[in-house]
Amino acid sequence: MLWSNNVNWLIDQWDELERMRRVMSGLDRRSEAEFPPVNTWISSDDSVVTTEIPGVVPEDLDITVTGRTVTLRGSRRVDDAEAGQRFHRRERWSGDFTKAIELPFKIEADKVKAQFKKGVLYLTLPKAEDEKPKKIEIKSS
Amino acid sequence: MEAVKEIQKKEADSKEGIERTRAKKLYAPPVDIIEDEKGLTLIADMPGVNEGSVEITLEKNILTIYGAVEPEVHDSYRLVSAEYGLGDYQRTFTLSDEIDRDKILATVKNGVLRLVLPKSESAKTRKIPVKAE
Repeated sequence: MLWSNNVNWLIDQWDELERMRRVMSGLDRRSEAEFPPVNTWISSDDSVVTTEIPGVVPEDLDITVTGRTVTLRGSRRVDDAEAGQRFHRRERWSGDFTKAIELPFKIEADKVKAQFKKGVLYLTLPKAEDEKPKKIEIKSS
Repeated sequence: MEAVKEIQKKEADSKEGIERTRAKKLYAPPVDIIEDEKGLTLIADMPGVNEGSVEITLEKNILTIYGAVEPEVHDSYRLVSAEYGLGDYQRTFTLSDEIDRDKILATVKNGVLRLVLPKSESAKTRKIPVKAE
């Protein structure tokens, strides 16, 4: 039917527009930059950043801090099928990742602590001394 | 091979009519299942789980893996951005009869569960000769 063809055409056009919109706004970029997902907690003195990277060995993880940004780089290799082996399911991720997390304050790079427990990375990132609020004494004259 | 990484955790399917009594979320862990002549190896990503919080049950031929995750509490902190959720893990598989149930081995390391399911001796040697007429 002509009418239904038109509707389908409209839907197709809409999907295409929607796809373009997503691409342009960056929503469709399921890139490495977004992996792994992180949770960020903030207190008055520091920040705790957690991320789930099971199976990553600490030697394959690289954490760098510059200014307000902490960058996580790492990789995980999953076993390839050897001779005589067959994969029935293959859902686990593999490969490299890079993720930059920007905090609302400058980080005291020397005091950053990293802990890796049960496949979860915990980063404690203290606020730089010069960014902490200073109390100004008022002198009475 | 550069596979696309799943950014979001997958929530476990709940059977129709069955509801969880706890408010905690339940996720289905991603798994790799590899078969060779010795048996099956099942590897599951379960971050936040260790050997004490994982439970493996085998009832008839239904294998269930379950992992409890402790909620994270950071007193005096406020959560400013959450890209992933926390919850327990559960997933169920149907096993064939050829698995030697008594020899199933489970280990957890860095949030990864590895289950070794050996084939039973009889299954390994079960070969049916086909005779030509």
